[in-house]
Amino acid sequence: MTEILHIDWTRCDGRGLCTELLPTVLVRDDWGYPLALQATNGNRSNPAISPGNIEAAREAVHLCPKLALSLVPEQAKPRQ
Amino acid sequence: MTIQEAVGPAVDTLRGSAGTYQLFAAGSNAGLAEHEQAFGPLSLAAIDAGFMSVLGESGLTGRGGAAFSSWRKVAATAQGRGAALLPAKPVVIANGAEGEPLSFKDKTLLAHAPHLVIDGLLIAGRAVSASLLYIYTTPAAMPVVEAAVAERRDARKIKVVQAPETFISGEASAVVNSIATGVALPLDNRRRLSAAGLKGRPTLVLNVETLAHVALIARHGSGWFRAAGSERDPGTRLVSISGQGAGQVLEVEGDARLCDVLSSAGVDLSTVGAVLVGGYHGRWVRDLECRLSPSGPGENVINPGAGVLHILPARDCGLEATARILDYLARASAKQCGPCMFGLPAMARVLSAIAYGDRNPRLVLELERLTKLVGGRGACHHPDGTARLVSSALEMFAEDMKAHLLGTCTRETRSAI
Repeated sequence: MTEILHIDWTRCDGRGLCTELLPTVLVRDDWGYPLALQATNGNRSNPAISPGNIEAAREAVHLCPKLALSLVPEQAKPRQ
Repeated sequence: MTIQEAVGPAVDTLRGSAGTYQLFAAGSNAGLAEHEQAFGPLSLAAIDAGFMSVLGESGLTGRGGAAFSSWRKVAATAQGRGAALLPAKPVVIANGAEGEPLSFKDKTLLAHAPHLVIDGLLIAGRAVSASLLYIYTTPAAMPVVEAAVAERRDARKIKVVQAPETFISGEASAVVNSIATGVALPLDNRRRLSAAGLKGRPTLVLNVETLAHVALIARHGSGWFRAAGSERDPGTRLVSISGQGAGQVLEVEGDARLCDVLSSAGVDLSTVGAVLVGGYHGRWVRDLECRLSPSGPGENVINPGAGVLHILPARDCGLEATARILDYLARASAKQCGPCMFGLPAMARVLSAIAYGDRNPRLVLELERLTKLVGGRGACHHPDGTARLVSSALEMFAEDMKAHLLGTCTRETRSAI
């Protein structure tokens, strides 16, 4: 089952750990905030995580100092 | 029909076009007696499970800007109670915050037809078995709304809550946050409000005009509602017209042509340079033949959003007008989400530089890059709406842009906005 990495923008402070753990998913924008390389259904707050990246994504969720990340099943898509 | 005393700073003349003034049929400043005389008394007992299908057949969409199917929203809230042993009773909130500076149709509606909104709120509340009902509105409209609620026995459980006068205060999750904590800022969107909103209960936030239409649909049925407008955009909507003469609120049929709406407002079309359709999160339009329908944007169709039509006189510079709006939008950021907090001011600086005489051609590419960068990245749609406005300005005012880069823009850099 595909999971998506949800970024809570109200918490994110652009510390950048997630971009180091998931370099193929996220880069940093002009101000250091995570920028999804690929939009998932036009949504750039919830990048899809491939099976190969799941472990790194779990680590990012646990290590994020602002607790801004969560992994959610794709069906439970946040409101648009 | 002309209505001149409105609550708040906007004094509006109101006329219906093509004989379709239904929402204001009770006249100006209608009390309960005038309301019941015009529309008949509300029969809440008649609202049963069948009402959901009537609402579905009506095709009513939200009039607060997003134009989402009202039936789907109500149904999602009714189902949002889930399978818990003791399901929490839902909350319904009538949203009259109207933070968009160019919109005044909701204030006008609340001033003249508060009982229609109250009817709609009671009906929606019954449809989802809500236990808590709120009307969230601006300080200016508070006295009228409070008086209207006090006037009727069936409205005793409705609480009237004041909305701060900020651009962002009417965003659905900001509405919930404001009522819960007094802070009118958007919430992270991982959880849907229809599942867990105010006090963790399924929460339905509907625009006040949407609720007024609900009140009429409950009385007259879906066929009556669909008799106005078109297949893809049934019913009527209120529009706020500004930028030329006094501001006006009109009730117009769905799918109306922009030029017809402006003409019925007495606007001299030859003086119109462009029209900002949908407000500060909307789009600039030059083709006055286009139709106003949420199915847009598309071929000759533009999404009216919350019904804002702001006229830019032909002699005024659209780039400068957009730069001023963008500056406002950057300052209106809740400053919770990084891409919005930093991206919008960055966009505003670049567009202002272009509008006020910097002729570096790279600025246009930089503005396009920043506009793409902020899209889809925030707890609410403030960055998306802002990006939409800027993209439409780059498209509609491409000629003006060339003139600016050549230093030959001769339009007046004085704008009403």
